[in-house]
Amino acid sequence: MTVTTNHSGIGNRLLDLVPAAPGPQSRKDFTSDQEVRWCPGCGDYAILATVQGFLPELGIARENVVFISGIGCSSRFPYYLQTYGMHSIHGRAPAIATGLATSRPDLSVWVVTGDGDALSIGGNHLLHALRRNVNLKILMFNNRIYGLTKGQYSPTSEVGKITKSTPYGSLDRPYNPVSLALGAEATFVARSVDSDRAHLTSVLRAAAEHPGTAFVEIFQNCNIFNDGAFDTLKDRSTRDDVTLRLVHGEPLVFGAEGDKGIRRADDGSLEVVSADAPGVLVHNASAAEPSQSFALSRLTGDTHGVTPIGVFRNVDVPTYDEALNKQVADAKAKQGEGDLMAMISGGETWTID
Amino acid sequence: MSEQVRERETRRLDRVVVRFAGDSGDGMQLTGEQFTSETATFGNDLSTLPDFPAEIRAPAGTPAGVSGFQLHFSDHDILTPGDAPDVLVAMNPAALKANLKDLPHGANLIVNTDSFTGGNLKKAGYATDPLTDGTLDPYVVHRVPLTSMTINAVHALEGGGGVNKKEAERAKNMFALGLMSWLYHRPTGGTEAFLTKKFAKRPEIAAANIAAFRAGFNYGETTESFTVTYEVAPARMKTGTYRRISGNLALSYGLVAAGELTGLSVFLGTYPITPASDILHELSKHKRFGVRTFQAEDEIAGVGAALGASFGGSLGVTTTSGPGVALKSETIGLAVSLELPLVIVDIQRGGPSTGLPTKTEQADLLQAMFGRNGEAPVPIVAPRSPGDCFDAAIEAARIATKYRTPVFLLSDGYLANGSEPWLLPTREELPDLSVTFTTEPNHTGDKGPEFWPYLRDPETLARPWAIPGTPGLEHRIGGIEKSDGPGNISYDPANHDRMVRLRAAKVAGIANDVPPLEVEDPSGAARVLVLGWGSTYGPIAAGCRRVRAKGLKVAQAHLRHLNPFPANTGEILRSYDKVIIPEMNLGQLRMLIRAEYLVDAIGYNQVRGLPFKAAELAGVLEDVINQ
Repeated sequence: MTVTTNHSGIGNRLLDLVPAAPGPQSRKDFTSDQEVRWCPGCGDYAILATVQGFLPELGIARENVVFISGIGCSSRFPYYLQTYGMHSIHGRAPAIATGLATSRPDLSVWVVTGDGDALSIGGNHLLHALRRNVNLKILMFNNRIYGLTKGQYSPTSEVGKITKSTPYGSLDRPYNPVSLALGAEATFVARSVDSDRAHLTSVLRAAAEHPGTAFVEIFQNCNIFNDGAFDTLKDRSTRDDVTLRLVHGEPLVFGAEGDKGIRRADDGSLEVVSADAPGVLVHNASAAEPSQSFALSRLTGDTHGVTPIGVFRNVDVPTYDEALNKQVADAKAKQGEGDLMAMISGGETWTID
Repeated sequence: MSEQVRERETRRLDRVVVRFAGDSGDGMQLTGEQFTSETATFGNDLSTLPDFPAEIRAPAGTPAGVSGFQLHFSDHDILTPGDAPDVLVAMNPAALKANLKDLPHGANLIVNTDSFTGGNLKKAGYATDPLTDGTLDPYVVHRVPLTSMTINAVHALEGGGGVNKKEAERAKNMFALGLMSWLYHRPTGGTEAFLTKKFAKRPEIAAANIAAFRAGFNYGETTESFTVTYEVAPARMKTGTYRRISGNLALSYGLVAAGELTGLSVFLGTYPITPASDILHELSKHKRFGVRTFQAEDEIAGVGAALGASFGGSLGVTTTSGPGVALKSETIGLAVSLELPLVIVDIQRGGPSTGLPTKTEQADLLQAMFGRNGEAPVPIVAPRSPGDCFDAAIEAARIATKYRTPVFLLSDGYLANGSEPWLLPTREELPDLSVTFTTEPNHTGDKGPEFWPYLRDPETLARPWAIPGTPGLEHRIGGIEKSDGPGNISYDPANHDRMVRLRAAKVAGIANDVPPLEVEDPSGAARVLVLGWGSTYGPIAAGCRRVRAKGLKVAQAHLRHLNPFPANTGEILRSYDKVIIPEMNLGQLRMLIRAEYLVDAIGYNQVRGLPFKAAELAGVLEDVINQ
């Protein structure tokens, strides 16, 4: 394996194991010849365009990029990228990607999934991928509905949602994906919005720079079955008043006039106060202790009138794949390469002449 | 103790079956293993059958918690762990209760009299004491106060051995081993060395166990209870170097070997499950071979990770038992569609559902064959003995890599935990399975050279294996139907029909790439064929020997490849008047044979969680021959 430093400024000790591209790449280099088959107006188009636009920035060889998906509308994503890819089965992409990433440190492995794929049928694999901190970048498109099966409620749908499978309203309470990821010991957790190309690109960049599992929730509009789910975050007239843009090291302040701030309430949760009130917090995504990130994840439009986007948590701890490959390397260094015949004839033997 | 040196008879036997039985905390497996080790070193042929409860510590003193270990050893080649014990060591009343029914009248019975207390008798379900109520009259009973003699021996060491009474008592299994080693003239040096090493960090425990072991041996010398000792001469076996091996160990070595022979890194994605976990334990030691083991969050993730590793160019392997296969089915179907190598090891156990986790069965054949949605053919390979698990694992990897397909390796609990002497292969005897990845475009399209991931090798019908990191061959694969050749998503009816048939033809074609089915028939004139697969080989062969010894004629054939069957299978089956298929299921191979060849095979089926007995099969064969 040739190890070359990447051409771009992006890098980390794991990304540096991926061979560099021979020269500058463009969006076209990452666009496959397959016809894109999402519904017209789907938020997935914007995400695809952003990813195709961002990948060249990584400066790594295209053939060393792999996208693995599960099942659902979002999971068609790999077909549209001129990289290696696998469109696997429902919910299992994190497991499949774990095997690939741990056995091939020279690859940049990405998982594309949806709210049903990742949080419902594949919930277990997502939790364990996050806890294990495998070097994967997981992009979860959250449209709060099942699209490909034509409109049933999902594990992120609001209570009482009227859908084809819940004509009297859905009964179960939704997951908060960011809270879930933080609770699962994720080392990198972020949220962005399909239509905000600049913000999404910045989050993808941060995810790529993170050594370990990166979990990115992307609010994605399903204009067929759940249109307008994130309109208040997208509408120019409302978005600045309801969106808290998390920036590491910056005060937690938002609002069109920058007049609102976040501070800790007496009960330990966070509350919205005037930006000039005492105790407005500064965002620290790299805190070893995730409590403040978790508290931020509990801020929602419904409960606090504000939704944070950006990087909630970003801490650098050893990854599973590094540790596993180190055990292999250490065993070889200490004991020498395996000798098959010595292994099988180990233990007590006897000879019959 | 008598000072008198008595003349004791030493009787020569050609074979012996011994069984150790005790509470699951009594260390019976260790005792049996160590007796087996002594026996292997001595040069006997042997076969073992551990039998233990699923509970780690079932209620102490009850028949449910009894753990047993049976060993058959001989001066000639043997095929089974033996039908019935010639000697039973019963460490407590429950062990006696659970095992006495298997002991033929006149057999030797060694009982630990110290454990026959009122409480223990009650726990075992004895209303009266079998030591005194005549229950044991039909047997040659040796009453040994094993516990107290062990404690005395240990506490006779300097300073009381530095162990408390409980620790001293725990060495009583070594007392039993010492006594049995004396009774059968086993070499003892290996056991003492083993104990010293095993308890290296607790030398006082090692000393206690060695003291108990020696005390047991010396007790045999001095007691008047035993008037006869036994000798079983070393077996005349094929020349070469041997070791004792269990099926799971041989299978693990086979997988490591397959990695070296294919030139691929082995990646095991798995989840702990009885009786397959020992393969994970073993493979996790062999990192110096580049073997990566991944204990996943569940069975599905285990096989998923293995398949992901195969996509990246590793030899993906997953190990499980029947319930795990059920969970992995969808991913195996994906592997069929992706046409990537994957070895699925199923160590079968009693089912359905949780079933009998520690008992053997071969009832997953149809699950392996058909347990997926759609037309999803998967080749199946089955080992016939513990040592054969090595070769079968290599064969499974050969088919998987050559044909880019998932392959089932169907072992079972009997092979997994049973052991036998294994003639070590030489490096030259192992096949070259080197794999070549595709690195160049394989098609010329309108815009120049292209890579078509589903453009097949015309001979094997295998598709090219181009791994991520190969420039210019970037491609996407998935579980949706693909167009024949380019591999793009295709919903075209004719294409789907073609792809289904191509995948089926690829697997069917393997029949021409496996050795023909061989028939063993010393008479050359048998009219009855007994057909088996998997771990029933030993009992069937032993049954055939018994039948032939009576002057009857019977032919034996044993299938290693269950899907596809060897090309000559139909021809062989049709050349006999009768075909009988003994299986530890309700007739799964028989169903396949009937469906495939329209041969009206007769079934003999038992699902008792135990291997067939040779005498039982001999009786069945005689009946069929004489009908």
